[in-house]
Amino acid sequence: MKKLFFEYSVEAGNFTKAGDASSNFKKVLKQLNVDPQVIKRIVVALYEGEVNIVAHSVGGNIFCNIDPKSVNLILKDDGPGIPDINKAMQVGFSTASAKVREMGFGAGMGLVNMKNNVDFLKIESEMGKGTKVELTVNL
Amino acid sequence: MKILDLVTLLNLEVYGGKAGLENEINGGYTSDLLSDVMGNANSGDLWITLQTHKNVIAIASLKDLAAVLLINNNKPELDMLKQADEEGIPVLGTAMKSFEVSAKLYNLMNS
Ligand SMILES: Nc1ncnc2c1ncn2[C@@H]1O[C@H](COP(=O)(O)OP(=O)(O)OP(=O)(O)O)[C@@H](O)[C@H]1O
Ligand SMILES: [Mg+2]
Repeated sequence: MKKLFFEYSVEAGNFTKAGDASSNFKKVLKQLNVDPQVIKRIVVALYEGEVNIVAHSVGGNIFCNIDPKSVNLILKDDGPGIPDINKAMQVGFSTASAKVREMGFGAGMGLVNMKNNVDFLKIESEMGKGTKVELTVNL
Repeated sequence: MKILDLVTLLNLEVYGGKAGLENEINGGYTSDLLSDVMGNANSGDLWITLQTHKNVIAIASLKDLAAVLLINNNKPELDMLKQADEEGIPVLGTAMKSFEVSAKLYNLMNS
């Protein structure tokens, strides 16, 4: 498989579009005949990251790199940032609004799902600047 | 068991996504928390829930779930149905509560 690159923009607060990037990238991986078990893991991590940009940020972008050995995703948003990343990683911790919780988001499980499905995860965040989530799944 | 068989056996409503009625059910997952389903449901599961919006179909499709069953007479929102038809993921309904219908599915799957 040669190197491929995809980019998606993610709107803040627009739940009718949440998951569109994940759904598109899943189709790409299927077309490339990536192992279905691996696709499943990538899709869980990507979806959680995509929804977090929709639910918690002012908007951002997703950069997807496919190479023969791995799929690398970078999810970047422009703020507000995560004050305490360790706390955010705990199951059950959520700052989701009441409206978002009513939809069934906001269980505080997204980042944990992400962590459980990837081979590499790095979250960097600066208050007022934004959050960058980088993850890799080996092929 | 196919979704269609389950519809007959449990007398379920079929709201949309009819193209997927031949889908096989491998099990079930009962939850109203989307990340819980994202993390813990298995492909081929019937998702039993009270959530009636479009994101449910997005998750069902990403996770290759067999169908979605709305409990307690919950009705799907219009954009949920539209998405379900596009993706071919059946949206079913029942007046039963989640405990009861989950138990019935469990018994059918294990008999
Ligand atoms: N991109 C982001 N920008 C700002 N805050 C974030 C971002 N991603 C996560 N967070 C913070 O981390 C918390 C935990 O995130 P996580 O995805 O684990 O749970 P959640 O989004 O609240 O609920 P769930 O994912 O279960 O629907 C969020 O509630 C939010 O406070
Ligand atoms: Mg989340």
